[in-house]
Amino acid sequence: MIRLGVPSKGRLMEQTFDWFAARGVALSRSGSDREYAGRVQGADGVSLVLLSAGEIPRELAAGRIELGVTGTDLVREKLAGWRSDVAEVAPMGFGHADLILAVPDCWRDCENLDDFAAIARDFRAAHGFRLRIATKYHRLVRAWLAGHEVADYQLVDSQGATEGTVANQTAEAIADITSSGETLRANHLKILSDALILASQATLFANRAASETAEVRAFLSLLTGK
Amino acid sequence: MIPKRDKQAIGQRFLSAFRQAGAAEVAPDILLPADTLLDLYGEDIRARAYTSTDPLRGEVMLRPDFTVPVVQMHMAGGAEPARYCYLGEVFRKQDPGEERPANPRDNEYLQAGFELFAHDRQADAEVFALFHRLLAPYRLRAVTGDMGLVMDAVRALPLSEARRDALLHHVWRPGRFGRLLKRFSQPAAPRRFAESAAPWAGLRSEAEMERRMARLIADQDAAPLDPVWTARLDRLFAISAPMPDALAQLSDLARDWPDLTPAIGRVEERAGMLAYLGVAPETILFDASHGHRTMEYYDGFTFSFLAEGRAGWPPVATGGRYDALTAVLGRGGRAIPAVGGIIRPGLIAELEAA
Repeated sequence: MIRLGVPSKGRLMEQTFDWFAARGVALSRSGSDREYAGRVQGADGVSLVLLSAGEIPRELAAGRIELGVTGTDLVREKLAGWRSDVAEVAPMGFGHADLILAVPDCWRDCENLDDFAAIARDFRAAHGFRLRIATKYHRLVRAWLAGHEVADYQLVDSQGATEGTVANQTAEAIADITSSGETLRANHLKILSDALILASQATLFANRAASETAEVRAFLSLLTGK
Repeated sequence: MIPKRDKQAIGQRFLSAFRQAGAAEVAPDILLPADTLLDLYGEDIRARAYTSTDPLRGEVMLRPDFTVPVVQMHMAGGAEPARYCYLGEVFRKQDPGEERPANPRDNEYLQAGFELFAHDRQADAEVFALFHRLLAPYRLRAVTGDMGLVMDAVRALPLSEARRDALLHHVWRPGRFGRLLKRFSQPAAPRRFAESAAPWAGLRSEAEMERRMARLIADQDAAPLDPVWTARLDRLFAISAPMPDALAQLSDLARDWPDLTPAIGRVEERAGMLAYLGVAPETILFDASHGHRTMEYYDGFTFSFLAEGRAGWPPVATGGRYDALTAVLGRGGRAIPAVGGIIRPGLIAELEAA
């Protein structure tokens, strides 16, 4: 039996259902809207598991589901060494979101990462502590900034309403995902032109070991036509 | 797999040698307040150190190195000159990035260390000669460098103060350093500032922004750095040879770049002291870019002892001068001349078992 993990609610679930339907596999929730159980038609030996998108990376890595749909951002943030545990099967063309670095729009002298690095250095000298970046993507942001040799900053954890942290003076900049940039603009923030940390989209992933089995390969070739 | 107590026993041997060299043994805490380490090392330390929380004390870290607690202990009551030694575990985690490594590095291992706080021109040579003598049986490759020389070279570049300070700040980050140097070597592009109708937000003040804008506008008039200087810096960084050859190459460079003479004099003086202490200079490598890629705060003499033919091994021993770190830890800017190093007894145990 192949267990397929799918986000349990919202647009992501609907678009996932559409993506599978276009490939001849009908996914549906059984019973009421409140019940987290599902049905699969058009493929044998596949069961649907409805899960929070944020838990799908962990369940995939642990092998409790063989296949799962979630954002590349979540897999890369939550799974250290993700390529050792999961395989990217197919980008699905929706759920686009960019992980970016944004600063107050009023910073007229800040256009790019070099400006940002210089401002962080000045800020630390002037305020006696490191410039704060609010984010929930700690590993991705830290690794990316380390790769670009930006120092003089610190991360502060923000699990929601991250765009509001600058106005509240709990951070000087933010690193968050955005699709249209509207929330950023509404909060008087601007994106640094050369600070795209990750372009994420909904992606079908497989558990690395399970992806080698005949059963999973047969189902995937049905989906991808390969 | 070598039992931990065998590694301990080897560590004790080094510790006792450090004591015989006049050091007082100290036993710093294993749980350290995270804020000091974060302030000092930045986010990089979060990627390397294990963090935990204490309901009363807030965030704590499992000791990632001994330097900070030993310096703090000394600052709280020691007088120079002072020599300290220690033996204990340090804890380091490794974020593998995209793929899990086949052989993860040790996440806890022993360090035996020796730190010397002294206003003494011989301090660098004393520490290095001690490590050199204790490590002699293991036929390691000794590499030395001098960040003081690199920093003097940067200070001697014909640049505005703002440009010089920016380069000095990033001297431990070769990529950013290189980008700045490249930018300073080209005519400054006229800087246009974005318009913004947004209300002021956040802790960074408008005055801070205006100061930086004024700096950027002033910078537009700066003449590009003559390529001869980057060529000289490249020549300096490329020097990597046994000490006598390296010194010859350095004096050669100083003919074109007389400002380096005092710093080269210090390297030469140190080499002389090492010879006096029984270290043959021709057996020691001098690599001018050693330290350029090491941890921030090494701002003078640096050294590593490497095991040849052990691919993937970290240095068996490392150390150097870190006055810059004591200045940051000392808050009021009180810097203490400090030089020290550590040996990894676990690696020595493996060399002995081979």
